[in-house]
Amino acid sequence: MRLTDEEKAMLAGGQGPVRQWAIRHQVAVGEFFDAPDLVPVGQAHIMADTESLGEAGVAWLEGLACSPEKERRVAIPTITDPRGLDFASYKRLRQTDAMADIEARAIRAFEALGVLMTNTCINYQTIMPPVRGEHLAMGDTGVVIYSNSVMGARSNFEGGPSALAAGLTGRTPRYGYHLDQHRAGTMLFEVAHRPTDFADWGALGGIVGRVANSYWQVPVVTGLADRPPNSDELKHFGAALASFGSVALFHMPGLTPEAPALSDAFAGRAAPAAVPIGKADFDAFYRGYAATGDKVDVVVFAAPQLSLIEMAEVADLIAGRRVHEATSLVVATSPEIKFAADRMGLTARIEDAGGIVAAGVCFYQSYAREMAEANGWQRLLTNSAKLVNILAGYGYKPTLASMARCIDSAVAGKVL
Amino acid sequence: MPIALKCHKGLGPAVTGTALVADDNFSTRYDLDRIEGTFSRPAHKLYGQSYLDKVLVLVTAKGGVASAWMLHEMVARGMAPKAILFDRANTILAQGAAFAQLTMVDRFEAGSPTTLIRTGDEVAIDPASGLVTILNRDA
Repeated sequence: MRLTDEEKAMLAGGQGPVRQWAIRHQVAVGEFFDAPDLVPVGQAHIMADTESLGEAGVAWLEGLACSPEKERRVAIPTITDPRGLDFASYKRLRQTDAMADIEARAIRAFEALGVLMTNTCINYQTIMPPVRGEHLAMGDTGVVIYSNSVMGARSNFEGGPSALAAGLTGRTPRYGYHLDQHRAGTMLFEVAHRPTDFADWGALGGIVGRVANSYWQVPVVTGLADRPPNSDELKHFGAALASFGSVALFHMPGLTPEAPALSDAFAGRAAPAAVPIGKADFDAFYRGYAATGDKVDVVVFAAPQLSLIEMAEVADLIAGRRVHEATSLVVATSPEIKFAADRMGLTARIEDAGGIVAAGVCFYQSYAREMAEANGWQRLLTNSAKLVNILAGYGYKPTLASMARCIDSAVAGKVL
Repeated sequence: MPIALKCHKGLGPAVTGTALVADDNFSTRYDLDRIEGTFSRPAHKLYGQSYLDKVLVLVTAKGGVASAWMLHEMVARGMAPKAILFDRANTILAQGAAFAQLTMVDRFEAGSPTTLIRTGDEVAIDPASGLVTILNRDA
């Protein structure tokens, strides 16, 4: 890799061992992906919940945090993805004091590094939205796909150590979606059935993702330009597409910034034959998770965290009703949105009906397996296609339904 | 003459181990019970099988930014695969292997490693030179 004089000095340890670790890591990753050099990035976003960090990861971070302040502080705005636990609600979710202790240790270490604890996977809606052409080092696959596709920014999936390395050096290896050559469409999907709610948008992401099924595929999706989807709809679509297909970039001709027309989406090359997607594909997708009539143990709205608009929708649907005594309702949002929801009375309406509003977490990153065991949860109902994809591996039986049907089911105590 | 397979230069130390192969993908968060050391997602082709000390041979890595930390944590507890071979790695698993010092190679010249290597094969992986050798079969 070509390195600047400053980068060579960093690699030689001239800015201390923390930044030396960071750039060494970046050179190893860059060489694996044949990156020609490092590219300056505007923000880094670290996925580092304690469930995935484990004792080993937290102890490693604490080691960095002991370095002299000048050597350990991040060089660019560096923010965090949802955490493993919300101190205000963890007891109600039957998470343990041991989980809270390790969480507090991780937070202290990150703060010592100068990381801003935003604890959110909707930072593109709430913190500092990426702009077109901006190079970034984003963790969380949903953040990356939204930043790349909807905003036209440039990021790979950056795992926690790599995003932290980018924060420390202000750079990331230039490979994958930082390069024009990887951003052209590789597959075409023609959608003939208009999604009507967030679960549908997530289902569409899941359907496309199952076909694409590779980090290096760039799906181009047509048939939706007559009425542009809003940010929350694209959030659910992208999060599911990234989860089911490991996809980091899509184009919607006429909607997303790098594809004013179909030909732009394929960088001037001929479009491949289209994969048609119709109502039958949506029906089959839902059928794969169907459980009508089953007792529902927990209803979850999360993954991604809810926007203020989604919080208001949940509050409107549940207000004046009561969650069934054998069912739990969990709503996860970002700390910023939680403050707004508190101020506007949305949190109170949800919690008065028996729900739990958790901030700075996103359910699946929060010891989901342990929560299932502690609460006796198995059948889970959600409007997040991403969540149904993830949680089967955590011992849940997940079912996908619209927000309205999820709430009706939470009140009835069974899947309607 | 053992079978020698050229691949892209990889990550981590040179190791030898027994292959566990599937025409499927890999995510530490979605697919594994990391406490037991088994594949736990029912739809996975290796469901129920232990990955401990195995040379995993799979198509690609999926989703899960958390995988980067999780590989490090699995290696620290001694509950990790010995190496992971992919048709093509994604960014997260490569970053995780670099962080955890876990052996990982991909991009084989002769095609997908999931068809070149069989479950039970003894394989030697040399990431620095981009070479995987099947020790128990002759070319």
